[in-house]
Amino acid sequence: MSVATASPDDPHAVGHGPRTEAHGGVASKRIIVGYGFWIFLVSDIIMFAAFFATYAVLSGATAGGPSGKDLFDLQTTAVETGCLLLSSFTCGMATIAAHVRRQGWFQAMMAATFVLGAAFIAIEVHELAGFVGRGAGPDRSAFLSALFALVGCHGVHVTAGLLWLLTMMAQVYAKDFRDDIMRRILCWTLFWHALDIIWVALFTLVYLIGSAA
Amino acid sequence: MNLLGKLTWAAIPWDSPLPLFASAAAALAILGTLGWVVARGHFPYLWKEWLTSVDHKRIGVMYTVLALVMLLRGFTDALMMRSHQAIALHSNGYLPPEHYNQVFSSHGTIMIFFVAMPFMIGLMNFVVPLQLGIRDVAFPTLNSVGFWLTATGALLVNISLGVGEFSRTGWLPYPPLSELAYSPGVGVDYYLWALQISGAGTLLSGINLTTTILKTRAPGMSLLRMPMFCWTSLASNLLIVAAFPVLTATLAMLILDRYLGFHFFTNDHGGNMMMFMNLIWAWGHPEVYILILPAFGIFSEVVSTFSSKPLFGYRSMVMATMVICVLAFMVWLHHFFTMGAGGDVNAFFGIMTTIIAVPTGVKVFNWMFTMYGGRVRFDVPMLWAIGFIVTFVIGGMTGVILAIPPIDFLLHNSLFLVAHFHNVIIGGVLFGAFAGYHYWFPKAFGFRLHSGWGKAAFWFWLIGFYVAFMPLYVLGFFGMTRRMQHYDVPDWQPWLIVASVGAGLIAIGIGCLIVQLVTSIRDRKELRDPTGDPWEGRTLEWAVPSPPPVFNFAVLPEVSGEEAYWAMKHAVRGGPEPSYGAIELPRNSPTGVVCAFFATVMGFALIWHIWWMAIAGLFGAWATFIVFAWRDHSEEIMGADEVRHTDLGARGQPA
Repeated sequence: MSVATASPDDPHAVGHGPRTEAHGGVASKRIIVGYGFWIFLVSDIIMFAAFFATYAVLSGATAGGPSGKDLFDLQTTAVETGCLLLSSFTCGMATIAAHVRRQGWFQAMMAATFVLGAAFIAIEVHELAGFVGRGAGPDRSAFLSALFALVGCHGVHVTAGLLWLLTMMAQVYAKDFRDDIMRRILCWTLFWHALDIIWVALFTLVYLIGSAA
Repeated sequence: MNLLGKLTWAAIPWDSPLPLFASAAAALAILGTLGWVVARGHFPYLWKEWLTSVDHKRIGVMYTVLALVMLLRGFTDALMMRSHQAIALHSNGYLPPEHYNQVFSSHGTIMIFFVAMPFMIGLMNFVVPLQLGIRDVAFPTLNSVGFWLTATGALLVNISLGVGEFSRTGWLPYPPLSELAYSPGVGVDYYLWALQISGAGTLLSGINLTTTILKTRAPGMSLLRMPMFCWTSLASNLLIVAAFPVLTATLAMLILDRYLGFHFFTNDHGGNMMMFMNLIWAWGHPEVYILILPAFGIFSEVVSTFSSKPLFGYRSMVMATMVICVLAFMVWLHHFFTMGAGGDVNAFFGIMTTIIAVPTGVKVFNWMFTMYGGRVRFDVPMLWAIGFIVTFVIGGMTGVILAIPPIDFLLHNSLFLVAHFHNVIIGGVLFGAFAGYHYWFPKAFGFRLHSGWGKAAFWFWLIGFYVAFMPLYVLGFFGMTRRMQHYDVPDWQPWLIVASVGAGLIAIGIGCLIVQLVTSIRDRKELRDPTGDPWEGRTLEWAVPSPPPVFNFAVLPEVSGEEAYWAMKHAVRGGPEPSYGAIELPRNSPTGVVCAFFATVMGFALIWHIWWMAIAGLFGAWATFIVFAWRDHSEEIMGADEVRHTDLGARGQPA
């Protein structure tokens, strides 16, 4: 370890000697885009945290209406969860296909991801529509408001992710694995995996604990 | 099924002349300006060089222009309130209650979201890349989208003046008053959608600047070599990323309550209105620091430059900034001690609030020690900085008084509170914004602002502030609460009359700023800054010519220490010509402005329940992004010769 020496240009001697690789200037585009998207994901997770906190506060406020125990069917939710987790796997396969520039495999794996994601949404919509049909819509109680908002917010994210997925398939088909498109694929896969993580938290905190309590 | 939802001719306020004439005048002014621009053939220039620009300097200037225009609007509301209260003893004044409630709601909303925020984000946008020694922010097009979404929010708030009404629930829409049961009109909806759309813009800008500061700095610019303003900008943008999603979620819940019959904050069905206070202030208190931290950075730059000394205690300043950044999330409950969370909870938040004053105190001492022993030059930016230090210390002290729960029970929602937050926001944020405006104006436009008018503006603002707000502290002790449309305590009136005189003095201060801008543009030849460094600056933005060429730095600077430019100008000035190379520049894109058009359509449609139009607006915004994503050339290359030509031209040495 060399002792940091104050240069005359460095009035507070905070530079600590010669410059290292760690601050060698502007990062590459791939790093910048990935990093920026991670920060977006952080903000998105914070937004979910607000909905989770709200759910925690209101989970007992059933106002005489049904509680989670009356409503949740863990078998359906387990199938739903399986679809989403599998879609993360196929999403990972699509990433590998993109890295080895195999258009056919990429499209196939993205299509599989789409089917699994769409199945997830279909089951979710069916479940929530069932709640409404049994008089347990979001206007019934604060608990159901919080439930519909939390699950719905995740569902809207997955739906947006599916639209983005189709866009990426079309872009790769039309323009091949160009650098900027590879960066967008990176962002999309980060988004898709993040939604998985949020679903794991949602499944645990809402469905598992809600069915038990 | 009505094709126009709730929108009818009755939405135009035919029976209240004040908003009718104001909105008609504003609409005429906008259309007149637009007509003049088109008729004189300036529109292609405006479209190509400004509206579709993705240059961080242009976007920064547009943010600042938005803030200044909205300042006039927000200040008009302030003048109306002060003059109304001065005469509202035993009478109804001249503003009917519904209108008065809209005036104080729009005053607060506009001043925070469409003056303070765009002013600070504008200055950060303009300055941070220059100080970091780079050519643009990390995501230039996203930057443009963020600005235009902010402008959309401002536009929606102003449309509410002439079509429908604005919120009457204060600058934060507290339920249950803001629920459909008690606010059935479109006022709260205008508030909600304007803030959701502009909030998305703010979040994009926060992500962008955070990435810029952490990932794109000139070679050698380590974190601890960054100028103080970059540090405070980093802290502010981290807070945006962490706090604005909470605002989005909270307002989304209120929207669900109002539009789809959810029960988050309602009186019945298990709704919990106090949860709204917790959520909104979990964003709201960090928001205070989002605004003030960049101002602290500006004062650090200004005090150091005009004291001709390096900033005293640079590292303690960095530390204080980051400590404030973290503690900002641990004090929110002090906004509602009276909720009844219990003595322990109140004590915890009272103590945390007192603790957060410590790093702020560190900063104040650092500024004073920077001045101590320096050669202080009393130019206009420095006047704002000194005015700030004195005023802000008073505001901080009254804040610590309010942080003591038993005292807060007496002063809660009184004019003491109103005086306190104006004391810190005007004395801190706004004085900071004006210091930055005067300090960096020559960098942006190549000529200085007239200093005589600047000094006049400063003194009118400073004295006007004290005359307007010190009486409000007194009135708070007398027990006068905020937002009163009329009152029947004769003892209050003299103080309210004094306060309205103060508002008049501030109005003269604003007048001085306008005259200053006009005379400075007229006399720009005499005020020209040929050196690019009019203040003997110490940081990299002064190393480039004024105004900077589109690429900022023809050759990226090599930073070898703190105060990069101070070292550089003693070593390099007049050195050999640098070796110019080709530069990659982002192409301008109409994505931002087109997307904002569709966002405006969508927001307006959602406010008036015109569902087909809302879907069309959303689809348009999505399609705009697809078109953007489909383009094949996102950058253009400027060849070495052109770079050399532009750079030397900007430096006044034609090649």
